Amino acid sequence: MGILEVNNITIKFGGVTALNSFQMDLTKGEIFALIGPNGAGKTTVFNIISGVYKPTKGKILFNERDITGMKPDRVTSLGIARTFQNIRLFKDLSVLDNVLIGNHVHIKSNFLEATFRMLKYNKEEKAMRNKSIYLLERMGLAQYKNEKASSLPYGKQRKLEIARALATDPELLLLDEPAAGMNQKESDDLARFIKELRDEFNLSIFMIEHHMQVVMGISKHIFVLDYGILIAQGGPREIQNDQKVIEAYLGVESDA
Amino acid sequence: MKKNRIVSLTIISILLVIVLLILANNILNPFYLRTLALCAVYTIVGLSLNLVIGFTGLFSLGQAGFMAIGAYTTSLLTMSLAAKQANFFVAPLISPLNKIVWPFFPALIAGGLLAAFAAFLIGTPALRLNGDYLAISTLGFSEIIRIVLTNIQRLTNGALGLIEIPTTANVWWTFGAMGVTLVILQLLINSSYGRALKAIREDEKAAEAMGINLYKHKILSFCISAFFAGIGGGLLASLLGSIDPLQFRFLLTFNILLIVVLGGMGSLTGTVLSAFAVTIGTEALRFLDGPIIPNVPALPGLRMVVFAALLMISILLFRSGIMGTKEFNWDGLLGFLKRKPLSKRGE
Repeated sequence: MGILEVNNITIKFGGVTALNSFQMDLTKGEIFALIGPNGAGKTTVFNIISGVYKPTKGKILFNERDITGMKPDRVTSLGIARTFQNIRLFKDLSVLDNVLIGNHVHIKSNFLEATFRMLKYNKEEKAMRNKSIYLLERMGLAQYKNEKASSLPYGKQRKLEIARALATDPELLLLDEPAAGMNQKESDDLARFIKELRDEFNLSIFMIEHHMQVVMGISKHIFVLDYGILIAQGGPREIQNDQKVIEAYLGVESDA
Repeated sequence: MKKNRIVSLTIISILLVIVLLILANNILNPFYLRTLALCAVYTIVGLSLNLVIGFTGLFSLGQAGFMAIGAYTTSLLTMSLAAKQANFFVAPLISPLNKIVWPFFPALIAGGLLAAFAAFLIGTPALRLNGDYLAISTLGFSEIIRIVLTNIQRLTNGALGLIEIPTTANVWWTFGAMGVTLVILQLLINSSYGRALKAIREDEKAAEAMGINLYKHKILSFCISAFFAGIGGGLLASLLGSIDPLQFRFLLTFNILLIVVLGGMGSLTGTVLSAFAVTIGTEALRFLDGPIIPNVPALPGLRMVVFAALLMISILLFRSGIMGTKEFNWDGLLGFLKRKPLSKRGE
């Protein structure tokens, strides 16, 4: 069953076509990857899905609902959460607060009920706290909950970003280079962890990643972008042997 | 530390403040007493600005305008019919204001609500801007409010201002309002909505990606801030007994900004400390405006130079102000008091 349908998306920034007639279908409960050389337009795809950019042409359907051009907060409230390539935590706030903020999107109490700590709000706050603590435990971050987010080491900051995204109760999780800056062992652990998360939280996952081991190891289906054009898609095996993909990454042999 | 101890310490200190206020009420002369009440008023307005600048990260400079709305609303609602008659000799006051006299408390709340409504109207376009542009546009709107007040003779008595405003406000009203403001803002900031505001301050893009509707939360913060600024304005009018549009120039916003920056952007208790320091300092340094050295002509306005210099030093050298983003708490204070001198440590 489809969860996200990207139909013929084109986006132009001035004279530059960052993405040209990009087409993609994601099914529920699977892990998908988007790869491509630097500047291929991968993060642009994320930014369009999450509502940061409005495409020049084309449509995006999430659970058969048109979300083209919706604001990022609306998209998140419908169930698409994301992380950022260059970590964007709320640096000066505590680790726990970062995750609690992810819960805010589904709050039912209004600000007066919250300020005056009405019963309804107290219940919600308690549930939010429990869920956040659980997520932190799940990420192995519970012991840092009162520390400033910026004081965490790099790898843990990435995990905190994932915890924060999960706090919004997503159906589809977009991970922008989750293994960036990790060594072999760390990225192997991460790959396993991503799979576990998918199973536990019933997620569909769509990630941009450069670590080929991670990509090939856990994705069901891979999309390859080059200069804003989808040049290949398919299972890990197919992609590894695709001539166009090899050319995009390694260049074409010149006859001259 | 145990919760019981914190509660009892807090109750003791509140009682102490009340006792001190009773003493002050009996001992101090009216001038000192009014300065003390002014401290509380500036604390309220400082707290309101800190909500927007320090907690939401919106650089807004419209506080004087919102205070003016609160001040005029409260005054016009509470003035006696005779006072209104005496004030509006150029052009009569419009109906129904010329027939009604409200008690102080509802008038004060009405002033706050009207200021919040004005903030809603101003914020809808202005909060689409960021950084310096937001500062300039809110400053502009604040001046527009002042100029409108100067020109609607039949509502505000124009440039003549209003006199004979009932002086209901005293240290009890001002300190009471200050306490309520402090508690409400503290509760708001530590709620889920407060966390969302702080998220916007930290990183707007990330906050939006976490599902926080930027416009809704910014306007919420802006309107609550204006509400308390309006309350502060109403208290100020009642404390002084007379107001005119010139009181609500940019200089007033500057003073409040000074309080927020010195106290620490993002610290409520820091604002309380610096509001008292700045307000008492403004009065204590009055001698600088007069002739200081014999045979040298006086330089009126010299004391404001001191504050301008203070603001510059603060921004250049200790940007986090007195408290930074930390809040006062008993653990911190007791820990500080119990700290042994360096030479005695390790014994």
